[in-house]
Amino acid sequence: MKTKVHVEEGRQELLITRDFDLSVGLLFKAYEDPKIVEQWMDTKVVKLENKKHGSWQFITTDPMGNKHGFNGTIHEFIPNQKIIRTFEMENADFGPQLEFLEFEPLTDETSRLSMHVIYRSVKIRDQILKLPFRQGVNMAHNRLEEIVKQLT
Amino acid sequence: MTALYLQSNSCTMELRRDVFQAIADPTRRAIIALVAMHAMTPGAIAENFDSSRQTISKHIQILTECELLKQEQNGREIHYHLNAVKLKEIADFVEPYRKRWDERFNKLENIMKNYGPKK
Repeated sequence: MKTKVHVEEGRQELLITRDFDLSVGLLFKAYEDPKIVEQWMDTKVVKLENKKHGSWQFITTDPMGNKHGFNGTIHEFIPNQKIIRTFEMENADFGPQLEFLEFEPLTDETSRLSMHVIYRSVKIRDQILKLPFRQGVNMAHNRLEEIVKQLT
Repeated sequence: MTALYLQSNSCTMELRRDVFQAIADPTRRAIIALVAMHAMTPGAIAENFDSSRQTISKHIQILTECELLKQEQNGREIHYHLNAVKLKEIADFVEPYRKRWDERFNKLENIMKNYGPKK
């Protein structure tokens, strides 16, 4: 499991860590270059101002053809080290979340990304965690769905 | 039995925090690991720990209320066995979210591996 998600019950945050077989420079470039962001995020990058007080906007088209907007503000942008930004899903009730992205070299050819995400409330974090979850649940497991309902 | 049933109900209703608390405790995790191998009596479980039998009994009760353990009456003896379905449900909770990020990051990695000449 190269990607780890650390979630503690009752907290309004989560931590995602991932080790890459890439130099920290290449890893950071994947976040910096809008053309590359578009490829791995499967999104259209409308705006990506990589600087303090800058802002960003993505529009993603889902398999059904619906368009979803995402936007936020960049609070800090230190190449090969750190990005602090907000992230908001448009037309959703979650509000913005605060993201601290840290990039660190492990060796010349490997690097680690740590993404600390803070939500407005525990409830919102749990709802966002469930977003992809519910799709899986719909497949079969009614029992699981009961539990999911109890979370809200 | 009625009392147990009510408690068990409150465990599932009062958010799943209780289930997470149940597995957050190292002794309870050790009990789960033991019982995962084969059904055991409370006495046999307690023998594996330095804690008092009462303490272990309390842990078993919490795990049972959260449906992580199931009771099985064998004559006079009660055996506890693992409710693997329940344990899997908890483990799976974050998994789809993790998997989505994992796939996204795999894609990032592949794209960047083929990106320009390596330094």
